Amino acid sequence: MDDKKSGFSPGSLWRSVKARFYGNNFLLLLTFVLFVAMYGVGMIVFQDAHFDRFQVFLNMLMSNSGLIVIAAGMTMVLITGGIDISVGSQVALYCMMLAYMMERQGVNCYVAIAVVMVTGVVFGFVQGWLVSYLKIQPFIVTLAGMFFARGMTAVITADTISINNADFLGMVNATIEFPFGGYYNKAGKYMAPFIHPNVILALIALAAVYIMLSRTRFGRNIYAIGGGEQSSMLMGLNVRRTKLIVYTLNGFLAAFGGFLFCLNTAAGYVEQAKGFEMQAIAASVIGGTLLTGGVGNAIGSLVGVLIQATIQSFITAIGTLSSWWTSIVIAALLCFFIVLQSVFSYIRSKRK
Amino acid sequence: MGGTLLRMRNITKNFPGVLALDGVDFTLTRGEIHALMGENGAGKSTLIKVLTGAEAFESGEIYLEDSDTPVVNDSPQQAQGRGISTVYQEVNLCPNLTVAENLFVGRQPGRGGFVKWSEMNRRARAVMSGLGIDIDVEKPLEVYSVAIQQMVAIARAVDISAKVLILDEPTSSLDDNEVRKLFELMRKLRGQGMGIIFVTHFLEQVYAVCDKITVLRNGQFVGEYDVASLPRKELVSKMLGKAFDDLTSIRGEERGRVDRSGDPLISARKLGERGGIREFDLDVYPGEVVGLAGLLGSGRTELARAIYGADRPDSGTLTAKGRKLAHSPLDSMKAGMGFCPENRKEEGVIADLSVRENLILAEQTKRGAFRLMSRAEQDKLADEYIKILAIKTPSAETPIKQLSGGNQQKVIVARWLLTRPDFLILDEPTRGIDVGTKTEIQKLVVKLASEGVSVMFISSEIDEMLRTCDRMGIMRDMVKVGELADEELSSSSIMSKIAGGEGSE
Repeated sequence: MDDKKSGFSPGSLWRSVKARFYGNNFLLLLTFVLFVAMYGVGMIVFQDAHFDRFQVFLNMLMSNSGLIVIAAGMTMVLITGGIDISVGSQVALYCMMLAYMMERQGVNCYVAIAVVMVTGVVFGFVQGWLVSYLKIQPFIVTLAGMFFARGMTAVITADTISINNADFLGMVNATIEFPFGGYYNKAGKYMAPFIHPNVILALIALAAVYIMLSRTRFGRNIYAIGGGEQSSMLMGLNVRRTKLIVYTLNGFLAAFGGFLFCLNTAAGYVEQAKGFEMQAIAASVIGGTLLTGGVGNAIGSLVGVLIQATIQSFITAIGTLSSWWTSIVIAALLCFFIVLQSVFSYIRSKRK
Repeated sequence: MGGTLLRMRNITKNFPGVLALDGVDFTLTRGEIHALMGENGAGKSTLIKVLTGAEAFESGEIYLEDSDTPVVNDSPQQAQGRGISTVYQEVNLCPNLTVAENLFVGRQPGRGGFVKWSEMNRRARAVMSGLGIDIDVEKPLEVYSVAIQQMVAIARAVDISAKVLILDEPTSSLDDNEVRKLFELMRKLRGQGMGIIFVTHFLEQVYAVCDKITVLRNGQFVGEYDVASLPRKELVSKMLGKAFDDLTSIRGEERGRVDRSGDPLISARKLGERGGIREFDLDVYPGEVVGLAGLLGSGRTELARAIYGADRPDSGTLTAKGRKLAHSPLDSMKAGMGFCPENRKEEGVIADLSVRENLILAEQTKRGAFRLMSRAEQDKLADEYIKILAIKTPSAETPIKQLSGGNQQKVIVARWLLTRPDFLILDEPTRGIDVGTKTEIQKLVVKLASEGVSVMFISSEIDEMLRTCDRMGIMRDMVKVGELADEELSSSSIMSKIAGGEGSE
C-alpha cells in the first residue's frame, strides 16, 4: 500500500509501472508495442519501399490526418457507450459542400470552411438531441444521419468537383520541412522530410480531445456515464446534457476531420469516404476502446490509425497483393484485439 | 449522544389497490444503528423511498433534527442535500473509474473545468483512511470486491455530508469477513454521531450491530424496540404477525407416513454456491412433500434453484434416481424435475402467449425443437389441464395476461404437471392469489404426493406448509440449519429453528 513512501527500487518501480498500465492501459501499451514492432519489421523487410525513411512515416500521418480526428471523436462517443456511424457520410457531405461552394458558387475559401464547421455542429446537435433527450438508440439515429448525409451529398450534385480555389490549394500544398531526418535521392539532392499543415491541425485536435478526456471534469463525466448511466445520474451528473454535448462536439470533429480529408483529396464526390466510420471504429477498438463504453483513450485511437496505415503500406509495398488484403488483415487484427480484451476482463473477474 | 435526527410521523402511502404504508412512525436518533425489519410487502422499501424522495406520499410529516417544520424531499438529490444518503445493495458507482474519482464524481476539485488529480487523490486518501479503509485510491473501482465498493459508496455518501445514512440490504452479496468489515465501519460512523438505517433480512446481523429495531408488517407500524430487550423469537413472531403463545399445532388431517426406508428420489450432497447458498445435504423420497421454511432472503429460493440447476452450484453433487445430474435446467427436466419459480411475472408467465402456448412450453422444451407437438395434441392437453385445475379462462387461446393472478399461477403449475414430473418444485405458488385458489393449490400438492410425486413446497405462510408438508428444511441466512419431520412439525418448533441462537429457549 505504501509504495509511495518506500524508496526507489526496481520492485517499487515495477509496481508503479504495473499500476499505471493496469488493465486497459496495459492493452494500450501492448498496442503501441505492436505498432513499433510492426514498423520495425517493415523497415527490415521492405527496404525497397524505404520504410526506414522518416518521410514514409510522415506520409502515413498526412494521408490519414482526417481519420485521426474522426477516430478521436469516435473514441469520445464510444466511451459514453454510444456510437456514431454517420461520420463517413458526413465527411463526404462536407467535402462536397467545400467543393461546391468554392467552385460553383465562388464562395470565399474561409467562409466555406466556416459554413462547414457550423453545419457539423448543427448535425451533431440534432443527432445528440435525439439520442440523449428522446432516448433513441444511437445506432438508429446515426444510421439515419448516415443516409441523410450521403443523400444530401448527391442532392448538391452527382458530379465530381475538383477544387481549384487558390487559397485552398495553398493550404493543400503548403509544406513544413523538418531540419533533420532527411535523405539524398538518386541525383544526390538532399530531401528534407516534410508534412502538410493538415497533420499539425489533426494532432492539435487529437491533443485537445485527449486533454479534454483525461483532465477536465467534462471529460471525466463522459467516462462516468460510460461506466454506468444510472449510477452517474444518481451521483448527480447531468447525463443528458453531457451526452448532447458529446454528440455535438463529435459533429464538429466530423466537420473538422472532413476538412482535413478534403485537404488530401481536394475534391467532392458522392462516393467519397465510404466506410470511413468503420475505419474510425476499428482504430478506436484497436486502440483499446470498449464498445460497451467507459474505457478508451484518444492516444489509443491514433495508434489504431497508425497500425491500419502500416498494414496498408505493407500491402502496397508487397505490390502483388490486391489492396483488399488490407481489409482482411485489419479484420484479423480486430479479432485479435477483441479476444485479447475479453481475455483481460476474464482474468480480472477471475482474480476478484 | 442523544438528539433526534429524523422523525417520520403517520406516513401514509397508497399504491393502486394497496395501502403500502398505513400511518407509519419512524424515529432515528444521533449515533444509532436502527434496523428496519419486516417481511416482503411490509413496506420497508416504500418507507425508504418516501424518505429519500424517490416516491411521493399522501399524508404524514417528516421532521429533520429538532425542527418543527415538516420537509418533503422531491428527489434523491434533494434528500442528499438535506444530509440523507442511501447506499443500495447493488453498488451505484462507476466501476471503470478510480476509487478517488468515484468519491468525487460531479464535484472534482480543480478550477476552470480542469480536474486537479493530485489534490483529488490526496483528499480521497484522507477520506478513506479517516474511515479506516486502507486501499489504493488510484486503482479502478472494479479491481476491488463488492464489499470494498460498498464502502466506497458509503465513504462518498459520508463525505457529501450525510447525517442520515440508509443502508438498503448492503450485506446480501457479502461474505462473513466482508460483513464484519462493514460492521466495523458502521460502528465507526455511529461513533461519529451519524444515524444509520439498516435494512436487512438477516437476524444475526441485526443482533450483531443494531441498537434499535422498527418492525413493519403489511404497511403498518408494529413497534419500535431496543435490540437488547427483544428476543429473537419475539422478533420473528412480530414480523410474521403471530403472538408466540397463541401458536398451536394446526397440522392438517392425518395422512399416512411417507416411507423413507427406500432409496431417495433426489439426493443432494454438499451442494453449494460461492456467495449464495451454503453447502447443504437434502434427500427427497418418492411421494413426499418437503417444505422450506425461513424468512425472506434466508436461502429458500436459492436452495430450490441450486437443486434445479437454475443457478449453477460450484460444489457438491446431485443425484436423481441414482444418476448424477449436470446442474443444468434441461438435464434436471429430463431427470423428471419441474420448477415453478417464485417470480411469476418475470420468470414464469409469457404474457402475450395464449394459455395453450404457456401450458405446453415445458413439455415442448423437454422434447426438443425438432419434435414438435402436433396442434391436435396441444389442444387436447390444454383442454385436459384447464379442466383438471379448473383454470378460469374464456378459451385455451386467450392470452394469459388476461387471466387473474391465481389462474395464471395454475397455468404455470399445469405447465409442469403436463411433463409428468417425478419431482416438482413450487416456489411461493400461493403468493398474491386469492384464498380459494390457495386452498386448491394446497390440495393439488397433497393429491400429487399421494400419487407418488415428490414436491418441494416453499411458502412464507407457515400454516400453509404445515398443512401440506411431511418434512421441512429450515433455512436461516443462506444456511440450511435443520430439518423437522412429521410429529416434530409445529409452528413454534419451526419458529424457534428460524430464529436460531437463543430461540431454543
